[in-house]
Amino acid sequence: MDTDWDKLRPVLTESVGTTVYMVLATFVAGGLIGLFLGTALYTTRKGGLLANAPIHWLLNVAVNIVRPIPFIILLAALGPVTLEVVGTTIGTEAAIFVMIVAASFGIARIVEQNLVTVDPGVIEAARAVGAGPLRIILTLLIPEALGPLILGYTFVIIAIVDMSAMAGTVGGGGLGNFALVYGYQRFDWEVTLVAVLIIIAGVQVVQFVGNWLARRVLRR
Amino acid sequence: MSESGTPAVEFRGVGKTFTAGGAEHVALREIDLRIERGEILGVIGYSGAGKSTLVRLINALEKPTTGTVEISGTPITGVPESEVRRLRRDIGMIFQQFNLFRSRTVAGNVEYPLKVARRPRAERKARVAELLRFVGLSDKARSYPDQLSGGQKQRVGIARALATSPSLLLADEATSALDPETTGEVLELLRKVNRELGVTIVVITHEMDVIRAVADRVAVLAEGRIVELASTFDIFAAPRSAPARRFVDSVLHNRPAETELRRLDELHRGRLVTVEVDDRNRVGAALTTAARAGVHFEIVYGGVGTLQDKTFGSLTLALDGPEAAVDAVIAEFEGRRGTAPGHPAPTNRPEGA
Repeated sequence: MDTDWDKLRPVLTESVGTTVYMVLATFVAGGLIGLFLGTALYTTRKGGLLANAPIHWLLNVAVNIVRPIPFIILLAALGPVTLEVVGTTIGTEAAIFVMIVAASFGIARIVEQNLVTVDPGVIEAARAVGAGPLRIILTLLIPEALGPLILGYTFVIIAIVDMSAMAGTVGGGGLGNFALVYGYQRFDWEVTLVAVLIIIAGVQVVQFVGNWLARRVLRR
Repeated sequence: MSESGTPAVEFRGVGKTFTAGGAEHVALREIDLRIERGEILGVIGYSGAGKSTLVRLINALEKPTTGTVEISGTPITGVPESEVRRLRRDIGMIFQQFNLFRSRTVAGNVEYPLKVARRPRAERKARVAELLRFVGLSDKARSYPDQLSGGQKQRVGIARALATSPSLLLADEATSALDPETTGEVLELLRKVNRELGVTIVVITHEMDVIRAVADRVAVLAEGRIVELASTFDIFAAPRSAPARRFVDSVLHNRPAETELRRLDELHRGRLVTVEVDDRNRVGAALTTAARAGVHFEIVYGGVGTLQDKTFGSLTLALDGPEAAVDAVIAEFEGRRGTAPGHPAPTNRPEGA
């Protein structure tokens, strides 16, 4: 079967744009919310800077409920909430909302795990000079864990690309949607391959930049 | 060390109990302790004795279960967190593992407490340069902690601890991760901090060598209690508690242990006597008298040196001769000891052992 690339090219270009938009929007919003949730998880644990057992328990349970749900099911399960917040359950914006929810909780765990690796002695040293919890979190805790955090966030971007592909099923658009509609459903293996190659190339670039940044921060 | 006025730190009836998983662990009990301004107080104890908890109560990194802690007459217990943070700026702390901020340069580490204290930028830069000069690391300002040796890291730790010009410095096993030579350099620096800047220092350690090198007074901690508190000289010369004696014996090898004493007794004729040697107890004179009275003597064990600029040591002698003459020599040793109050019971007699 001959693929008519002249017709497909504008669709492909638009799909790439949509994917980049979905991934970036999710990464920025989910990244910030995840950073907040993860830091809260870490600091509210027993012996933490803001030790608070009830809040820690609540956050922990929330993360454990959201994280294991397969994304494609979360898309459907969050339907009523998405409708309330975005006004619709289909399209790019609706998909982004669900992606942000999934990414936030996923990132929360990654952030928490990386903060745990910070030497508690460093935090004690900061407390000993009279620094308050907020200052310690912002000026020490996060900078000390920055290298591994960058690697964790790089991993997350790739997971978000994965999610964005599934968003195609609710009319989210993007490369995933393109591969499904113009490739898989039309039995056009070439189109699927092109979509896959573009995704692979994008992921490579992201991983490369992430590694480079982490190396710079870790000075290795 | 001034005996009058407000002490640098005062513990009043302080106890600390940790609760973990329903089990209670008493770390400290009924601690009453005055740390005088300008002194270097050593706190020695085995691991688990409560040393680290004791030092963390001073800057309120731990809160006591009972009792109060005062810093220069101001309570640091039972006050709001903001007041605790303000008081901490007058208390520096250095750590066994240095606890430097790896994401910051040497200069950034030293500057951090000044930023916390909201000092203006120009003042911070000047102070950082001054401190790095003081600890001899001016050329390392832009290095990162990972690029430094252990001794250099601890000197950065000391510079950071001194940034806000505290009047009190807490050293928690500050030399335990260092080799002997570097330990000497860091201890020398602590002495300099004490002498030149007049900073009161609390040194937590499990090594009696550290105490001997820097401390003016020693508190011996065992099972959460201060079992002995005395000048460093007195602790070495005449430890009264069993833990203190074990610590002293760990570094002084001038007294024979029980088994060695038995062996010495088999090897030598006559009676074995162990004599403390200090500025007031000159063994030579007594032995000259002994020789005149027909008592043969042999020095079979011991060592003499100086401690805090005073003569200090112990000699074990085998005295052989007429019973009455030997008794007279021993009486003379004990008589001399009588002129040196505060050093009780230095003589051991293994007869019949």
